[in-house]
Amino acid sequence: MIKKFDKKDEESGSGSNPFQHLEKSAVLQEARIFNETPINPRRCLHILTKILYILNQGEHFGTTEATEAFFAMTRLFQSNDQTLRRMCYLTIKEMADISEDVIIVTSSLTKDMTGKEDVYRGPAIRALCRITDGTRWYYIHKYMKFYIVYTVFFFFCCFLALRLHHMMKMSYDVVKRWVNEAQEAASSDNIMVQYHGLGLLYHLRKNDRLAVSKMLNKFTKSGLKSPFAYCMLIRIASKLLQESEGGHDSPLFDFIEGCLRNKHEMVVYEAASAIVHLPNCTARELAPAVSVLQLFCSSPKPALRYAAVRTLNKVAMKHPSAVTACNLDLENLITDSNRSIATLAITTLLKTGSESSVDRLMKQISSFVSEISDEFKVVVVQAISALCQKYPRKHSVMMNFLSNMLRDDGGFEYKRAIVDCIISIIEENPESKEVGLAHLCEFIEDCEHTVLATRILHLLGKEGPRTQTPSKYIRFIFNRVVLENEAVRAAAVSALAKFGAQNDDLLPSVLVLLQRCMMDSDDEVRDRSTFYFNVLQQKQKALNAAYIFNGLTVSVPGLEKALHQYTLEPSEKSFDIKTVPLATAPISEQKTEITPVASKQPEKLAPSRQDIFQDQLAAIPEFRGLGPLFKSSDPVQLTEAETEYVVRCVKHMFTDHMVFQLKKNKTFKKKKKKKAPVQTEPGCRDVMLCTCPRRSLLVTSPLTILTNKLLLWFPSSSVSCTFSCTMKFLVRDCDPNTREPDDDGYEDEYVLEDLEVTVSDHIQRVLKPNFAAAWDEVGDDYEKEETFALASVKTLEEAVGNIISFLGMQPCERSDKVPENKNSHTLYLAGVFRGGHDVLARSRLALSDGVTMQVTVRSKEETPVDVILASVG
Amino acid sequence: CQFLYILCLLQEPSLYTVKAVFILDNDGNRLLAKYYDETYPSIKEQRNFEKNVFNKTYKTDSEIAFLEGMTIIYKSSIDLYFYVVGSSQENELMLMAVVTCLFDALMQLLRKNVEKRSLLENLDGAFLVLDEIVDGGVILESDPQQVLQKVNRVDENPFSEHSVTQVLQSAKEQIKWSILK
Repeated sequence: MIKKFDKKDEESGSGSNPFQHLEKSAVLQEARIFNETPINPRRCLHILTKILYILNQGEHFGTTEATEAFFAMTRLFQSNDQTLRRMCYLTIKEMADISEDVIIVTSSLTKDMTGKEDVYRGPAIRALCRITDGTRWYYIHKYMKFYIVYTVFFFFCCFLALRLHHMMKMSYDVVKRWVNEAQEAASSDNIMVQYHGLGLLYHLRKNDRLAVSKMLNKFTKSGLKSPFAYCMLIRIASKLLQESEGGHDSPLFDFIEGCLRNKHEMVVYEAASAIVHLPNCTARELAPAVSVLQLFCSSPKPALRYAAVRTLNKVAMKHPSAVTACNLDLENLITDSNRSIATLAITTLLKTGSESSVDRLMKQISSFVSEISDEFKVVVVQAISALCQKYPRKHSVMMNFLSNMLRDDGGFEYKRAIVDCIISIIEENPESKEVGLAHLCEFIEDCEHTVLATRILHLLGKEGPRTQTPSKYIRFIFNRVVLENEAVRAAAVSALAKFGAQNDDLLPSVLVLLQRCMMDSDDEVRDRSTFYFNVLQQKQKALNAAYIFNGLTVSVPGLEKALHQYTLEPSEKSFDIKTVPLATAPISEQKTEITPVASKQPEKLAPSRQDIFQDQLAAIPEFRGLGPLFKSSDPVQLTEAETEYVVRCVKHMFTDHMVFQLKKNKTFKKKKKKKAPVQTEPGCRDVMLCTCPRRSLLVTSPLTILTNKLLLWFPSSSVSCTFSCTMKFLVRDCDPNTREPDDDGYEDEYVLEDLEVTVSDHIQRVLKPNFAAAWDEVGDDYEKEETFALASVKTLEEAVGNIISFLGMQPCERSDKVPENKNSHTLYLAGVFRGGHDVLARSRLALSDGVTMQVTVRSKEETPVDVILASVG
Repeated sequence: CQFLYILCLLQEPSLYTVKAVFILDNDGNRLLAKYYDETYPSIKEQRNFEKNVFNKTYKTDSEIAFLEGMTIIYKSSIDLYFYVVGSSQENELMLMAVVTCLFDALMQLLRKNVEKRSLLENLDGAFLVLDEIVDGGVILESDPQQVLQKVNRVDENPFSEHSVTQVLQSAKEQIKWSILK
């Protein structure tokens, strides 16, 4: 019943909010009234509301005061006022976690639950669920069985109970007995009961695939009344479809597609969205979903328009052509008053539209970009970035737009997205370099994000010296030295040094500037400037190349470990940097696709894969003397998929040795299970046998049951050879009861595919940011050149790809990207050969009826040069 | 994109739909708020979120927003702002059903005066209405009439004992009907 609050209360409250400035202690004081007899429902209700309000505002209640209030409240159960009773339930739920001994109301609640008043039952059960722990479930369950018919609340409370089951298995067993009830509920006519029943049923059965698919089968046939239940069913069906990885010809897909014709928009949208999110959907399968979404685009409900355009946006990422039909509807949404919808519409259009519409769309975005939230601004930037890749000729429009965005206010994520985008444009389009660098220079003049500033300074150092007028960047860089924090100052010093190293006419001024930096208050800045100053003064190209352009190539954790080891075992020898494992160069930067706004991947701090291998191998005594791990290959499959055993091999290359790490997984299921007592896993002793055509090899004893490692002495002169592998193992029976293996067994053999060692196993990728400098540094002492004809290769891209993967070297200067419509190209490759010698290769490719390749290889040793040329030929 | 896709895969179909419901006044102050999961565990984070949401939405009456990776459906009336929050994967129309039901139920409860003053005068009713629509993140009811019946607030004259019993009776009938069918 509605209770008017006392006039007094209303006036005492400030302005329109009678609850403002409520004092917790005062309210708790007032709560004493609960103890008066007879109970005054009206006043008690008001005070209870106040308590709930305070709780709702997030005020902290101490355990003692909460418990006191809670106990006082329990007296109110004596009153028969309905609203008051309902408010008591609410209070119980709110206080369940902060008050002690809430369990004392169990009997009152049980009474209400089993009583005659229907209005009490539901809320009473829900309150009861909130305060009950696992052990008591059994008794309550009994009550429920007897007294409760299938109401919404019943199923809701079952569901809450399930939440508890994670902690207490006991209650799960109880809930399991409710499967029948849940099944009946799911077939109920009451729409909410149906929904909750279905949800519960799925929850109980979700680990049993067969049961779930049976359940789906049943309900998709019989149909449901509740749109909510339909949505649930669609989700379950699509989950099952995704897991089955099969084609989409199944009845499940037909069911989802059928839901596109449901009369509830909610169900239709859920179905469309489910189809769109299915992996490997064909354009034909998408079509009905897209046309439904197209209809929604003109709905009067903003939420529906938003949902539709957001889903279309997702479709456009993978199948832009499927969305082209909706272009007209999307155009209409550009002027939508909800900016989120407008942004999504424009970014979708950018993905599907033609090159000619880009200018117009960009103009439209810029008209409202300041009104949208940062999340959507990032979406816009990502759309632009994707567009630049698609239409490289439009980069000037984009660049302008991005520079305007860069000047606007925005958070770090937003700015970073813009900077990333500009940098990628610069890298893709050499002609936009100067403009882009100018924009970035302007940005760092007033940039509060250290990460971005250092990144841009690094880029300036790399690209700036090679522009036509390098001198203009010096001012921007030196301004940073004067104005910024230590990290940025240090980065600026490094950038300056690169200018000095590459431009002789700038060198004197750079030296002066570096000299000034040597007075810096920060030691890192001082160290760097002193170092660079002295290197530059030598005026030797080789020094510049080694210490300024192409910095350390070793892995930092590896270096740390090696240095630590060196300090532990002092020796006369000086520390040799060649013993430090190299850092694995990032394998040709993949253009990241549109990353979701919500997900931020944590910064990678974990040691690299190679460092992990290094540690693993170093732990084995036999391998300790091998020196640092040079390179670990990717796992090679030695068996075909779907065979009984899956054997993979990782090749670890050391200076003079090679270790094969064989990893075997058993995949067999049926065959062995039939002979139940046979169990090979714990009892078998496996031996991997590899035979080499040239010499027989020693096999180390199995190190763990499932992992074998094989050590080979591998002189640096031998490069590629093939090993044939056989797996021999002993099958022993297991006692079914004790699981102890019997002593006798039988030998078995399994032939694996050949294992090949190729030239790429001997070379580690290393990125030389400045290839020309590195080329000069290595010198032409051991330079060799040869020309080959690659007859089978038809395009330059293919040739480039083949060479890179064959030699396993790192392409530099972005030379792995072949410009369009050219029939000659030069590929620059860099790597380090086993033993720590730099190897550089320049291969000139010309296209004329097959590809002709002229390879020039340089190194400081003769062997690597020969090896590479021999392997190519 | 890959990450989001994996998220979609991992998303278990479940009844937990709503992450939070809150009602703010025209200064962005919280009048009523319920958070159903641990997305915003502390009161400070909740308040920040509410502030952020309010700042982005109070000027425009456009029903839906996407903030901090959450889908937010909202509705405003005079000096009140109603918000329902769900995950970005959630069916927007389900959330919409919740906010519509909440709004319509309060509309009847407050006799069409959906404004701050009358809401605060009937705060107990508002608590109960919300409790009947969503509990623990699960949608319990989406029909405002059913909600009002369960809260026992359908009667026109709340002060007459006679009508109360009548309503009670009809409510009983309703529930029985729904049970027995």
